[in-house]
Amino acid sequence: MRVLLGALTLAFALVLAGCGGGGQQQEQGGNGGGGGGGETGGGGAASGEIAIEGSSTVLPISQAAAEGFQGENPDARVTVGGSGTGDGFEAFCGGTTQISDASRPIESDEIQACEEAGIEFVELPVALDGISVVVNPENDYATDLTLEELSTMWSPDSEGSITQWDQVRSGFPAEPFTLYGPGTESGTFDFFTEVVNGEEGASRADYNASEDDNVILEGVAGDPSALGYFGYAYFQSAQDAVRAVAIDGGEGPVEPTPETIADGSYPLSRPLFIYVSTQALDENPAVAQFVENYLANLDQYVEQGGYIALPSETSQLVQQRYESRTTGSLYNGEGDLQSGSTLQEALQSGGGSTGGGSTMMSEETT
Amino acid sequence: MSESQTEVATRGSGPGEPEDKTAFKNTSNNRNLTDKLFTVLVTAAAFFGIVVLAVLLVDVFRDGLPFVDGQFLTSLSSITPENAGVYGALVGSILLIVLTALITVPIGVGAAIYLEEYAGDNFFTRAVEVTISNLAAVPSIIYGILGLGLFVNGLIVPGMGPILLAGALTLSLLVLPVIIIATREALRAVPGSVREGGIALGATRWEVTRDHVLPSALPGALTGMILALSRALGETAPLIVVGAVTFATFAPPISPEALFGRYGALPIQIYDYIQRFRPEFKDELAPAGIVVMMVVLLLVNSVAIVLRNRWQARR
Repeated sequence: MRVLLGALTLAFALVLAGCGGGGQQQEQGGNGGGGGGGETGGGGAASGEIAIEGSSTVLPISQAAAEGFQGENPDARVTVGGSGTGDGFEAFCGGTTQISDASRPIESDEIQACEEAGIEFVELPVALDGISVVVNPENDYATDLTLEELSTMWSPDSEGSITQWDQVRSGFPAEPFTLYGPGTESGTFDFFTEVVNGEEGASRADYNASEDDNVILEGVAGDPSALGYFGYAYFQSAQDAVRAVAIDGGEGPVEPTPETIADGSYPLSRPLFIYVSTQALDENPAVAQFVENYLANLDQYVEQGGYIALPSETSQLVQQRYESRTTGSLYNGEGDLQSGSTLQEALQSGGGSTGGGSTMMSEETT
Repeated sequence: MSESQTEVATRGSGPGEPEDKTAFKNTSNNRNLTDKLFTVLVTAAAFFGIVVLAVLLVDVFRDGLPFVDGQFLTSLSSITPENAGVYGALVGSILLIVLTALITVPIGVGAAIYLEEYAGDNFFTRAVEVTISNLAAVPSIIYGILGLGLFVNGLIVPGMGPILLAGALTLSLLVLPVIIIATREALRAVPGSVREGGIALGATRWEVTRDHVLPSALPGALTGMILALSRALGETAPLIVVGAVTFATFAPPISPEALFGRYGALPIQIYDYIQRFRPEFKDELAPAGIVVMMVVLLLVNSVAIVLRNRWQARR
C-alpha cells in the first residue's frame, strides 16, 4: 500500500510540475480565437515549427511538400491540417499558422481580418483543379449538363421545388434525384456556387453536405439517381465507382481531363493556392526554406497530390511573385481577378494591392 | 411475520387433499421449465458479448493484420501509402494515456475517498454527487469544446495552444467522473465493520482508509480506472477539437518536451486514413491502424487485470 501511495504522490507531483511548465509555454501558444482556431494553431513561430492549415482539397499537395521537405531537413517540424479554406484563413489571420491552404482566393472580410491583425501575405497559385460533377455509373442519361442545368439543380430557388431529373431537362426520367456536396466551410463549395449560381455561397440547403469527400463519393456510388461534386483528385481515384458529367459552359460539353483543366476549357477548372505570412518568412527561416522547396518541386508535389500542374510559364511567374515577396491578392476579394482575364495575365501584371479593380472572372471559369 | 404464517398455513393444508397434490405437481413442472428457459436466456445474453467481441476481433485482424509490419509501426503519416505508418500517432496515444492516468488517478481517487469516507450527508455532497453523475453522461465532443476554451485558447488563464498537455487535460476531464464513480462503488463495497473496527482500536480516519479500506477497494477501483482510460484511448471527437494533428513530419519525443509539442493520436489517424482519396489508405492502412489500436487497448486492459490479480493475491 505504501508503495502505491508513494507512486500516486509522485505522479501527482509530476503532473503539477508539468502544469507549471505549461504556464511558461502559454505565452507562445496559439490564441486561435473562435470556432476553427482549435483545429489549428501553431506551437510558436520562433521554434522553427511550421503549421499549415486550410483546404482539404489542397491538403494532399501540402502533405507531399511537407514530406519532401522533411526528406531534406530531417529536423523540420511541419504539421498539415485540412479543416477547410475558411477555417484555415481564420487561423492564419489569427496568427496561429504560417501557411494557409486555399481552394479559392482570399475574401474581403478575410483580407480585412488579416489587415487588422497586421498579417501580410504572399498569395501563390500552386496547382489547377477541375471540380468534377459525378453521377452513378448506372445513370445513362445525364452524360452532359450545361451550367444553367446545374444551376437549376443547385440554386437556392430550387430548394424544395426541383426534385426530379425531368425538371432539369425534358427527356430525363421522372425520377427524384439526391444531391451530395461539400459543406459551407469548403472552398470547393464557394467556387462551385460562384460559377454555377452566380453568387458565392448561394446554394440550396437541402442536399447532403459533408467536408469529407469520401462521404460524397460513397453517397453517389450507392445511389443510381444521385449527383455530387468534389475535387478532381478524388474523382481520379474513384473512376470505377462514379462517372464524371461533361460540363457545357456555352462551348459544348467538356469532360474533366488533365488537358481540359490545364488549358481552362473545362468550365469548372480553378486554381489552388497557398498563402504565406510575410512575417513568418522574415522571422522563421524554416518557413522560407519550406516555401522555396515547395515551389522548386511543385510539379512533383502536385502530381503526388493528384492535381494538374500549372503551365510552366505560369509557375515561373509564381516563382517570381514569391521571390519579389509581392503581397496582396490577385483577386478583388469576391473571387474575380483584379486585372487580366486569365491567371497568367494577372500574374504578369503583378497585381498586388488588394483594393479596387473588379475585372470579371477569368474565362476559364465563366 | 405474516408471510411465514401464510406459508405454514399453505403447507399445512397442502398434502391433505389429492386435487391439491396434482395442482402442486403441475406448477412445479411449469416453474422448472421457466427456470430452464431463463437459464438459457441469461446464458445467451452472457455469450452475446463474447460472440460480438470474437466477430469484431476476427474481422478486424483479418482485414488489418496483413498490413501491420515493422515499416508501418515505425513510419510517420505520409502521402504515399507505401511509406505511411502510425508511429507518430502511436507515440502520441501512449503519451496521452499515461499523462491522463497520472492526472486523473490521484484526483479521482482523492475525490472518491472524500465523498465516501469523509463527507457527511448534506446538501453540498449531494449536489457534488449529482453533478458527477451528470458529468459522466456528457457527450465527449462537449468536453472537447470545453478543453478548447479552457486549455487551448485559455478562458481564464492564457491558453497553452494545441499541445499534448492540453489534450491530456481535456481527456482527463472526460474520464474523471467515471473514475470517481468507479472508485466510490469499490469503496462502498468495503464492509462498514472494517472501518468501525479500526476506529475502535484508536486509528485515525486516514489510517483506516490508508491501511484497510483503500487496499480492499483497490481491485475494484482499478477495473473502473482501466475501463475509463480505455475510453480515453479511443476518443476521437474531443481530440480533433483541441487540435491533435493527422499529418506531422515528426513524432512526439519520448521526453517531457513532448508535453509542449503538437501530437497525433491513433483514432484520429485512422479517421484521417479513411478519408484519404487513395483507396489503399482506406482498405489497408486504416484497418492496420485499427489492429494496432486494438492491441494497445488489450495490452492496457491486461496490465490492469494482472495488477488486480496480484493485488488480490497479496491480500
